[in-house]
Amino acid sequence: MKYIDEFRQRELAQKLANAINKAVEPERQYNLMEFCGGHTHAIFRYGVQDLMPPNVKFVHGPGCPVCVLPIGRIDNAIALLEEHDVILCTYGDMLRVPASGRKSLLKVKAAGGDVRMVYSTQDALKIAHDNPERQVVFFAIGFETTTPPTAVAIKQAQAQGLKNFSVFCNHVLTPAAIQNILESPEVRDMGTVSIDGFFGPSHVSSIIGSRPYEFFAEEFQRPVVIAGFEPLDVMQSALMLIRQLNEGRHEVENEYTRVVTRDGNAKAQALVAEVFELRRAFEWRGLGLVPYSALQIKQPFAEFDAEKRFDVPTIRASDVKGCECPSILRGVKKPTDCKLFGTVCTPENPMGSCMVSSEGACAAYWSYGRFRRPADAQPEPAARQDSAQESAA
Amino acid sequence: MCLALPAKILAIDETSDMATVALGDVKKDVSLALIEDAQVDDFVLIHVGYALNKISREEAERTLQIFAEAGLVEEPAR
Amino acid sequence: MSAVAKRFPVRLDIKRGKVDMTHGSGGRAMAQLIDELFVKHLDNELLRQANDQASFSVPAGRMVMSTDGHVISPLFFPGGDIGSLAVHGTINDVAMSGARPLYLSASFILEEGFPLADLERIVASMAAAAEAAGVPVVTGDTKVVEKGKGDGVFITTTGVGVVPEGLAISGDRARPGDVILVSGDLGDHGVAIMSSRENLQFETQIESDSAALHTLVAAMVAAVPDIHCLRDPTRGGLATTLNELAMQSGVGMRLQESDIPIKPAVNAACELLGLDPLYIANEGKLICICPPQHAAHLLTVMQAHPQGRQAAIVGEVVEDPHSFVQMETAFGGSRIVDWLAGEQLPRIC
Repeated sequence: MKYIDEFRQRELAQKLANAINKAVEPERQYNLMEFCGGHTHAIFRYGVQDLMPPNVKFVHGPGCPVCVLPIGRIDNAIALLEEHDVILCTYGDMLRVPASGRKSLLKVKAAGGDVRMVYSTQDALKIAHDNPERQVVFFAIGFETTTPPTAVAIKQAQAQGLKNFSVFCNHVLTPAAIQNILESPEVRDMGTVSIDGFFGPSHVSSIIGSRPYEFFAEEFQRPVVIAGFEPLDVMQSALMLIRQLNEGRHEVENEYTRVVTRDGNAKAQALVAEVFELRRAFEWRGLGLVPYSALQIKQPFAEFDAEKRFDVPTIRASDVKGCECPSILRGVKKPTDCKLFGTVCTPENPMGSCMVSSEGACAAYWSYGRFRRPADAQPEPAARQDSAQESAA
Repeated sequence: MCLALPAKILAIDETSDMATVALGDVKKDVSLALIEDAQVDDFVLIHVGYALNKISREEAERTLQIFAEAGLVEEPAR
Repeated sequence: MSAVAKRFPVRLDIKRGKVDMTHGSGGRAMAQLIDELFVKHLDNELLRQANDQASFSVPAGRMVMSTDGHVISPLFFPGGDIGSLAVHGTINDVAMSGARPLYLSASFILEEGFPLADLERIVASMAAAAEAAGVPVVTGDTKVVEKGKGDGVFITTTGVGVVPEGLAISGDRARPGDVILVSGDLGDHGVAIMSSRENLQFETQIESDSAALHTLVAAMVAAVPDIHCLRDPTRGGLATTLNELAMQSGVGMRLQESDIPIKPAVNAACELLGLDPLYIANEGKLICICPPQHAAHLLTVMQAHPQGRQAAIVGEVVEDPHSFVQMETAFGGSRIVDWLAGEQLPRIC
């Protein structure tokens, strides 16, 4: 696979590992946050941490739209199915995510709800065409990467005069979330953690460009390197962050130059601007209400807004007690610091946002990394505690 | 987040603004509504059935070159 | 055959006909369906006796028995269909004990309205698979459910076989130091199925690997009777099956990602859907765990068999009280290969 395999080569990984080893200052700690679940996934799936010196730590951020979608919004989607009898189209990622009352879209489907997994907004439009007597709602989730395809679908629906298609919009914005993390009291004042630098999103940036991060680098004095999602990209970007930190720089650099430019994709940006506008605030699971962090459908396209077509109440479902997701998402705590991790909260039965999708910090850690050294080893599930101590080394 | 993959454009249907792309041996139809001037043989980044961006061959080569040289370059003085 | 057809004045209209409730009612319509469709294709001496059971003598030794319900969408897919799958699946479950499969039974649940032409295609495919494997379907049953209460056709097959003397193959026998082998490229079946599902829409040349593995197993146990474990990595793929074996035997496993055989097209399809090929289903592959001193010989034997040409050694059994399956990644790091959490769903993020 061109442009994939080359970026996973073992020999080059060794070279980069050597370079990183040479670059790090041994007495210094480097806490590098990857905002995106894509980076988290790459780090765990390829075992990138094994190739890093011990004083370089990856801090896993909130960059997974499935993880951060508040339970209330899934409850809303379920209500659309149960009370309005719509056909609900959604990406596969959303199907298993737990909602209130132990429900999920998969379970509602099992109970007779008409949930259709789609791969593209085009599929949702087709379902609307094929079922003119039914209301079809597209459950839109995702960051800036996934928003333009939704905009295209809304414009197409308008052009085609589709009367039975609407979008339940949950598109959220990355820069607002990064700012929220950096401005949280733990990070700014209490000094319990220092995120020294950021891996910038790769595919979000392919749309919005690298320019929006320049503000953070300057305002918060932290280096940002836009990084591709392949493991060599992650390593090279780590090297670039380490060099910036060593040299006392805090700039936006771009490692993912094969896709990302400073200005991004102007055509996609224009489409999004035409169809969507900012919400004053939006709830993020784990982060709470984040100002200007999400999009809603503009007035000229209001007839395609499921929140206007149907009665969609604001539901504030509370997160589970004892769940450390808010701290984990801000890099203040590790998954293993949470009492629920691996005991009552597992990928089969996720309690908090970080365990929800395979890209969440806790799920990735649980699925790929829980054999690691004792310093960050998992607490054993209670049932296995006796027989299984000390052996994590 | 944002699973997107590089694929090569095999054919373009201008009336529907769609392209057939190949990822290795797998073929798929994607929309070109979000990009401009796509050509057959271009590599594009595909996400949820849409091409998001063209991939720059030159920049990809340059990045790989940087990886290959990583172990060789002298660290700047501290 | 011609004698059979005469029993009913008007022949079954297989081309245009559909399954209806009378086909399961026990009356003449059912008898005709059995004669003109099932027996016509699956014909053998035991089935022809037309009893409610098949009776046969068995060779001396330990008998094994296994049953497997087959539900699949779509019913016809690249490289097979539910009929061939129902034969291969149960033969393989019997064979994973080291046994020689002898006979199969088949129970059909048909949905009212199901085209007889499709049913014939499925039964013919089943017959061809049973014939090729040398394991006949000797007894069967048919039920019909109302429209909307089935998914076209469900097939449950049961198989019996006999284990040769001296074998003790079981999922709890993996020991530290043992070697883990797989019989060929992984993930073909799951990817072929997904490619033929309407809503995923991608095109690939990959076909299901659906195949009967009992002759491969026979060659393997003849060469190395001391094989510890055999299992076919169907649902949940290699990852899930190895976790089952690790748990059952109370051991850990360590895999080498670069040694695991996977076709490039399967990898590409998995990239596209955000899936991990280690969790994708197989229907014609086996995992074998054997003592290290036999591994090289066994690999040669497997590679000499048509079902094992791409066989490979992929890892080893280690001591681990957590029963983790770990893997050294091709990239040079390491990770856990965990149990599958729920159904594997395509993802976009």
